[in-house]
Amino acid sequence: MIALTSYHIFVKEFVSEFRTRYALNALLMFVVTTLSIILFSIGQESPSSDVLSGTLWIVIFFSAMSGLSRTFVAEEERGTSLTLRLLVNANAVYIGKLLYNFALILVLSLIIAVAYLLFINEFGVKTYEIFWLTILLGSAGLASASTILAAIIAKANTKGTLFPVLAFPILLPLLLTCINATKLATEGAFLAEAMQEFQILISFTVVMIATSFLVFDFVWKD
Amino acid sequence: MKLWLKIAVSVWLTAVIIAGIAFPMMRVPETWYHFPFIPGLEEKARNIIFHVPISWATVVAFVMSMIYGIIYLKKKDIDYDLRSVSSASLGLLLCVLATVTGAIWAKFNWGSFWNWDPRQTSIFILLLIYGAYFVLRSAIDEEERRATLSSVYSIIAGVTVPFFIFVMPRIMSGLHPGSLGDEQGKGPVLEFKMATNMLMVFFASLIGFTVLYFWMYTLKVRQMRIERHVQQITDSQ
Repeated sequence: MIALTSYHIFVKEFVSEFRTRYALNALLMFVVTTLSIILFSIGQESPSSDVLSGTLWIVIFFSAMSGLSRTFVAEEERGTSLTLRLLVNANAVYIGKLLYNFALILVLSLIIAVAYLLFINEFGVKTYEIFWLTILLGSAGLASASTILAAIIAKANTKGTLFPVLAFPILLPLLLTCINATKLATEGAFLAEAMQEFQILISFTVVMIATSFLVFDFVWKD
Repeated sequence: MKLWLKIAVSVWLTAVIIAGIAFPMMRVPETWYHFPFIPGLEEKARNIIFHVPISWATVVAFVMSMIYGIIYLKKKDIDYDLRSVSSASLGLLLCVLATVTGAIWAKFNWGSFWNWDPRQTSIFILLLIYGAYFVLRSAIDEEERRATLSSVYSIIAGVTVPFFIFVMPRIMSGLHPGSLGDEQGKGPVLEFKMATNMLMVFFASLIGFTVLYFWMYTLKVRQMRIERHVQQITDSQ
């Protein structure tokens, strides 16, 4: 029952997004802008892979921050949150929004990663398994933490600037681990060497989703 | 808090501060009040009596704030939110003090005020969490909503803290005793080769600062209750 309702919520998010394509277009432009700023600032220099794996995750973090907060804020702006609260189980709402956020950030970080690999020649990935797994697990982690934070800030007065402020201390262990794993991928480490990074990423995501599940009711019913 | 306890804490902490600052450090300790001379730390070792208990009290304040947040979510009684925010505001103060005393110590022992040592990083994160917590509170007008959302945020922030214990040592090597790669001390900070008298002063300071925290906490809670009461009266007029 909950699975079906969550799926409906997920589909609803897509339909309402594709009606305007506001978030998607804005995010694509955001990615293009930040990547070109990085390209301009690099210029003729050739920075090390360490620095470049850091900037990759900066781009992903800030595009996630500007995109993921929309899910709940849009609900409040349109005034549809009351209807949703009446009709649907809170857990189903959470799961549906989480899945939508995950899909959004995964597509986004895949686009960023491909563009990064294409345009920044100094960024040489040697172990592609580690790189793509990091992108996948990192996106899951970003989605898991930012869904509950988006629900929190949707109820606050100043929504725009609040999100990155709240998210940064919570996402920092995730980001640092992702940067570390990306470094391993550029150094040509074997897949097994990055196992501990993946364990951290998976456990972070699981802990975040479990905690959010417990507290989401309080935020949503407020 | 009872009057005798307040007097006891004042006397206790005064004694701790005097002992911590004034007890001489000798290469060969002769009487009970001679601290031993720790190579590498020298006179700077005195800071352990102040810096570590303050850091400990910071963590206590944070945990207390989170626990009262959880109780608030269960009982929906606004008084628990007042306790939670009182503890958090004291925690912020103590966190700043711990950071500053730590940075001064770092300057004279490791050569610079800030080294991004794992524990310095975690106290920095704690500062960021506290900062974000108060920013979130100031962004919400309605009392109950503010209480609920900030409790939820402190829970979410609380569950990520253990990750720093695993993540940080992988990113950077530590300078604190007890860090990974530190040969002699495997355990926490207390694994220092501390002499018995210094250890006693240290634990006395630990107890003293914890009780001082509770004293300040009760004062802060009373102040918050009165403020809320006054606010209600002015609102109703």
